[in-house]
Amino acid sequence: MLNVKNLHAKVEDKHILKGIELNVKPGEVHAIMGPNGSGKSTFANVLAGRDSYTVTEGLIEFEGQDMTERAPEERARDGVFLAFQYPVEIPGVNNIYLLKAALNAKRKQQGLPEVDAFDFLQLVKGKMQELKMDETMLYRDVNTGFSGGEKKRNEMLQMAILEPKLAILDETDSGLDIDALKIVSEGINALRSSERAIVLVTHYQRLLDYVKPDVVHVLSNGKIIKSGGSELAQQLEQSGYSWITDEVA
Amino acid sequence: MSNSDQQLEDILQQDYQHGFVSDVESETIPKGLNEDVVRLISAKKNEPEFLLEWRLKAFRHWLTMTEPNWANVYHPPIDYQDISYYSAPKDKKDGPKSLDEVDPELLATYEKLGIPLKEQEMLAGVAVDAVFDSVSVATTFKDKLAEQGIIFCSFSEAVQEHPELIEQYLGSVVPYTDNFFAALNSAVFSDGSFCYIPKGVRCPMELSTYFRINAASTGQFERTLVVAEPGSYVSYLEGCTAPMRDENQLHAAVVELIALEDAHIKYSTVQNWYPGDKDGKGGIYNFVTKRGDCRGNNSKISWTQVETGSAITWKYPSVILRGDNSVGEFYSVALTNNRQQADTGTKMYHIGKNTRSTIIAKGISAGYSQNSYRGLVKVAKSAEHARNFTQCDSLLMGDKCGAHTFPYIENKNASAQVEHEATTSKISDDQLFYLQQRGIATEDAVSMIVNGFCKQVLKELPMEFAVEAQKLLGISLEGSVG
Repeated sequence: MLNVKNLHAKVEDKHILKGIELNVKPGEVHAIMGPNGSGKSTFANVLAGRDSYTVTEGLIEFEGQDMTERAPEERARDGVFLAFQYPVEIPGVNNIYLLKAALNAKRKQQGLPEVDAFDFLQLVKGKMQELKMDETMLYRDVNTGFSGGEKKRNEMLQMAILEPKLAILDETDSGLDIDALKIVSEGINALRSSERAIVLVTHYQRLLDYVKPDVVHVLSNGKIIKSGGSELAQQLEQSGYSWITDEVA
Repeated sequence: MSNSDQQLEDILQQDYQHGFVSDVESETIPKGLNEDVVRLISAKKNEPEFLLEWRLKAFRHWLTMTEPNWANVYHPPIDYQDISYYSAPKDKKDGPKSLDEVDPELLATYEKLGIPLKEQEMLAGVAVDAVFDSVSVATTFKDKLAEQGIIFCSFSEAVQEHPELIEQYLGSVVPYTDNFFAALNSAVFSDGSFCYIPKGVRCPMELSTYFRINAASTGQFERTLVVAEPGSYVSYLEGCTAPMRDENQLHAAVVELIALEDAHIKYSTVQNWYPGDKDGKGGIYNFVTKRGDCRGNNSKISWTQVETGSAITWKYPSVILRGDNSVGEFYSVALTNNRQQADTGTKMYHIGKNTRSTIIAKGISAGYSQNSYRGLVKVAKSAEHARNFTQCDSLLMGDKCGAHTFPYIENKNASAQVEHEATTSKISDDQLFYLQQRGIATEDAVSMIVNGFCKQVLKELPMEFAVEAQKLLGISLEGSVG
């Protein structure tokens, strides 16, 4: 599904990613962990194709196709979804309007007609119930004035509606209290399927108590320095990152 | 320049879509302006003596005036002798009696602009007094309106059929001495629209006028007069597009609104005249005087404008709040791109007691454009407990444009309350990337953000007009679900 080969990337003149290798198969959940400043968020943004990051070497393959140079909206329509660490406020734009525009952009790519308004509303309301979201959020401006928890749940809602093939979640657990964390985790687990790949970018292990990863990678200084099963996350939780970074150094 | 700035740039460079010239024979008088020209215009229109006198007084006064130079706009000097002051499409006899008799070329022009008169007549329930160049060529729904005593016709027709109303109200809000461009308009205005709503009548449909400039080097001097008798209501729409031209075209319109006791006038404008090319060549100079007079107690006048066109916009739709408890509103979106310049805003004159005014102005600047909000809130001694709320927001795209705010407040009454809020923001990379990541193309993402920014104003427009406005802002319709 996702195949990252020797990926180097910079922002402005600063080299941040220094040769990442990663292979995620359909049905797998991978966790990318690492200390602050290790390049986790950069990696998530580069996968989604953010303009301000430049890939200087290596490539990103998605479903066997090189997508290193693809525009972010094309990747999105192909089925790549990034749940933002800091979801962006867009004043004056209805939440439901964005949801519908996003879904229709994807459907258009697939050669499908625009979604029927009634069906769409039913679909959205169903998903919102699962995420324990208040329906009034549909008619508020995108993320505007939302609490931290509401913003993250809104990301999960978008993900549930768009049903991506590859979901990248950037620090989705940050800023959540324990109840919200459970709800968000359930949202992620509900999306687990044999056709879908999920990449969780996280600093803490606690999300992984609820969403059990198949593989855990440790990112440090722009490289994956260690990979293992979910027990690796627990080790990190107990001993911190230094034992690995020291070990590698 | 960052990548996203470049993308913005590409979108903003798209060509003006209404640029074409239709091939209607025009009857144009030679360039230049003197008393003879004023007399000629008046004679061609078979005007009564009082109107000719008024035009001549205006012309003589204009000669004593100089062009205003306080606005934050720059242009080469205008040679007023190099302009032709009258142009009319040639008609076969006395003008068309129905749409079938209208020059098919003209109708085709409207079709290209997406203004199918026939369809509007049948479907939309909108009466259209279409102004092509300077003479009205089609008026619809007149009979239906006449049943309720509503008069909606071209200005020339009103001069012939209701001279007493014209004599009573013309220049009573904007006197010919008001300013340079209003004086010029008063001397040479060619045509326009007249609307009269009798006492207690609520106009059953939106009244709509489409303006269009067509002949090269022909100044367009429209005159609009709307009179709302006590207890009446009218919603008036004005929209414009123009064909592509190399030379600058001067447009100096005057709009006067009169609201008597308990009357309500809602006046909406979508302005999309040719803005010039990306280097600033060509484009319309739009120097407009618009003013409403809340003459009666409890009356209300609302201006809503979406300004996307013209090389230069100089325009301050104002309200004189004379009647006690009267209400003035101004909702504005001004979008400038490339080398466009806009200096626009409003004036609210509080005279009556408990008068209220609201100003919501949204400026969007892109390219190398300059966009200024200029607003005056004046509270007279007599305006006990007057209230004003002003909000000015500017959105910048790229780093070569300018946004400016010039708010003036003159308050002579201690019981009055005047509030002013202003913000300036840039369309952010974060917003763009967020929308792109949801599969929205950059172009649509920009539209969506701009649309959201303007929402407070767009929602004030009548439904059918809001669609046009959103199209002009390059935006797809929002909120069709729910």
